[in-house]
Amino acid sequence: MATEQQTGTGGGDDEQPLGLTVASGAVAAAVVVPLLWLVKTALEVGFAEALSLVTRPTTVEVFLNSAVLVTLVTAACIGLGVPLAYLTVRTDLPFRRFWTVVVSLPLVIPSYIGAFAFVSAFGPRGAFQRLLAPLGVESLPEIYGLPGAVLVLTLYTYPYVFITTRAALKSMDTTLIDAARTLNHTRWESFKRVTVPQIRPAVAAGSLLTALYVLSDFGTPAIMKFDAFTRVIYVEFGTFGRDTATLLSLQLIAVTLLILTLESKIRGDERTTTGGRSGSPMPLGRWKYPALGFAALVATVALLVPLGILFTWLAQGVAATSQSLAFQPEYAFNSVLVAAATAGAATLAGLPVAYLAARHPSRLSSVFERATYVGYAVPGVVLGLALVYFGSSYATPIYQTLYLLVFAYIIRFLPQAIGSLRASFLRVDPALPEAARTLGETPSGAFRHVTLPLVAPGLFGGAALVFLTTMKELPATLLLRPSGFSTLVTHIWTAYEQGYFGQAVVPAFILLFVSGLSMLVIITQEGYDVK
Amino acid sequence: MSNSTLSTTDRSNRTESTGSDADDEDAGGVLELDGVSKSYGTESVIADLSLSVEEGEILTLLGPSGCGKTTTLRLIAGLDRPDGGEVRLNGNVVSGGDTFRAPEERGVGVVFQEFALFPHLTAAENIAFGLKDLDEAERDERVRDLLDLVGLETQGESYPDELSGGQQQRVALARSLAPEPAILLLDEPFSNLDVDLRVQMREEVRRILKEAGVTAVSVTHDQEEAMSISDRVAVMNDGDLEQIGEPEQVFQHPESRFVAGFLGYAGFLPGRIAGEVVETELGTVGRDQIHGLAPEYDDTDIDILVRPDDVSAHPCGDGGEGHGKVVGKRYLGPTILYEVELHGGDSLLCMHNHDETVPTDGCVEVTLDAGHELAWFPREQRPETGPYSD
Repeated sequence: MATEQQTGTGGGDDEQPLGLTVASGAVAAAVVVPLLWLVKTALEVGFAEALSLVTRPTTVEVFLNSAVLVTLVTAACIGLGVPLAYLTVRTDLPFRRFWTVVVSLPLVIPSYIGAFAFVSAFGPRGAFQRLLAPLGVESLPEIYGLPGAVLVLTLYTYPYVFITTRAALKSMDTTLIDAARTLNHTRWESFKRVTVPQIRPAVAAGSLLTALYVLSDFGTPAIMKFDAFTRVIYVEFGTFGRDTATLLSLQLIAVTLLILTLESKIRGDERTTTGGRSGSPMPLGRWKYPALGFAALVATVALLVPLGILFTWLAQGVAATSQSLAFQPEYAFNSVLVAAATAGAATLAGLPVAYLAARHPSRLSSVFERATYVGYAVPGVVLGLALVYFGSSYATPIYQTLYLLVFAYIIRFLPQAIGSLRASFLRVDPALPEAARTLGETPSGAFRHVTLPLVAPGLFGGAALVFLTTMKELPATLLLRPSGFSTLVTHIWTAYEQGYFGQAVVPAFILLFVSGLSMLVIITQEGYDVK
Repeated sequence: MSNSTLSTTDRSNRTESTGSDADDEDAGGVLELDGVSKSYGTESVIADLSLSVEEGEILTLLGPSGCGKTTTLRLIAGLDRPDGGEVRLNGNVVSGGDTFRAPEERGVGVVFQEFALFPHLTAAENIAFGLKDLDEAERDERVRDLLDLVGLETQGESYPDELSGGQQQRVALARSLAPEPAILLLDEPFSNLDVDLRVQMREEVRRILKEAGVTAVSVTHDQEEAMSISDRVAVMNDGDLEQIGEPEQVFQHPESRFVAGFLGYAGFLPGRIAGEVVETELGTVGRDQIHGLAPEYDDTDIDILVRPDDVSAHPCGDGGEGHGKVVGKRYLGPTILYEVELHGGDSLLCMHNHDETVPTDGCVEVTLDAGHELAWFPREQRPETGPYSD
């Protein structure tokens, strides 16, 4: 029933249901407390010491490194993502659907696997050099450091920009461009004056995802031996530079917040139109083959290099390794175990928060919901660190146990469950549970018989997403796993650290498969269409 | 029945003045609202609403959007809790004071605006949803009977998204009737249907309700719909009940200018009572043609309610000044409405067949020719705004 006065609320009462509010608040508090703990630890360092730690040359250098990395990768992602989106949406590029899928696919490859593959392919004595050795090539130029990090991160994060820009271009009313053309603008001028302002929010949103990913990514800088925040924090922590690690973590959070602010500034007023017709595509003419070449090149480098490397290793067999590194099925079992526990727990914790936010919108419920998103914006290495401190001093019974590890995953991926659940709750017409009430169901009966069956797909979709992303998580797993507990991810990491790359093949393939599945879940959840 | 001078605080008596002639006051109706009020935040939606619904009748709450009619429905159903006043069902207080019975304990059926069919259940399962207390055989039989009643014998296994709008509405109706509710509430039941289907479903829904013998309260902003399905119409405005009565009664003898304007086109012809006649710009009108004109209004100014079908316009005779000139023309298909501005400045709408032509330039004469008594309002109540509304 759409009341005139009370749109969107569902329940019979105007007040907030107490039980739900308390449960929701408890979840929000549990998620935020460990991070506050990090701030408290930092405050204990003392001002003078903190200042000297923050201003010493290496700290400044780390900051600059990260800034340069984020800027270069984001710029490169826009440079790849926007043209690819335009080509696949607005031009007559041959096989557009094929290219849409193919250039989205690099998102499926976890960046540490990509980095790993690139290092072994293009390292000074990597597979590529061995291939060229007969031609007298002694060694290839250095891939480690900034160039490698930029290359790998760009290749595996540009799809964020591609996907958001594509969506904006698709929903854009192309009669706007026709209008500009009739007002004596050339194609290029109308692109600049009409299309660009229309897609700018989407490009900004995609760039934000890219920038945040780059800033928080641990695997790539670590493998590329590039001193970004995450790598230095991890190294400092490992060498008992606890204060430095803490302060760097806070700085990293500050930079994250800065990027978030920057994005909302760039995005500007969202005065964009959606819907409307889409006119005939722009003919590429003689640019057709260069355009095809561009799409093919990006896809080849991003997809074929890592796959080629993995298959080469697979073909070479897993000989010449120490017994301790051999792959054990137990690793896969461990991965599934923690991921399943996280998925279940995150869904349960997400239910009250999502329901309250969707059905009883108020300032309080949105504060709770936002609070649960904090963990998402915090890099995994920082979260891991915060929980190490928190666990070792305040939660000793669960420190070094799987409980703390699962707790970390929940903080990190709870928003995925909540986002999916909240959207599902919103899709349920509030009149449906009301109808059930008038047909004799109690509030909880109405929830069980009507609301729950209707949100079930969203509930399972969210849980699946949490499950799959948990399986791929690297830094928090490294910091918080109980000793002797190995998963697919930690096994890959060990193989990398000890230089037995071949040992990583099986878990890497499993993870690629898992990543592919998680993309599939996202696509079916959000109805991402490739047409 | 007098007119809008009747104070609006005296509402509870009105229901008896109409229709079935309330035989005993104590028994009351199936549903009674007594001084009910409701606000959302600081905004008062219903201030002090009282009404009573008799066994087996179909009452429609009619009013513009925002008048509080849907809120009233929600308060009756128990989907919202009133701030004050009492709601009684079959003489039992279901809300009032500290009592508040949950919707599931009230025995009310609701047909929701967008039907609210459970999308994960078939038509038959939707209808069976409220029949928890019956055993399986009884339940199946009841579902079959209801599918039969609403003419969907073959659609029981279809899911809501496989049904047309009209079929969905039939299922919604059957579902709400299944548990044999004390009263059935319908929230804008036809607003979700195409115009053609709407007219057809009105007849159909009225037939089904009458066949089921259920007491029903429906809500709409469509006066035509209200007139066609209801035994009685309650016109609401701004949280207040303006008038309640049989459709013809409310249409022909509106008690307020709002009701007059909300139900059909209305024009107001100024006049002055002089003895046995009322003098107007269009000539004199016999006092006996004006409904319930009490002696205390002698020698006062009044406005006579004139519907478009009561008046017609003709070209002026030679040299005559006529009564005014045509300033607007609205095609309604088979008929045309001419807006005539009288020399005195007031406007009237005149209805003509589409084949009759009235010159739109030059003066016209207007003839008042009504085959029924005309309603009137004291002049001093004339509002500032224009006299017309749809």
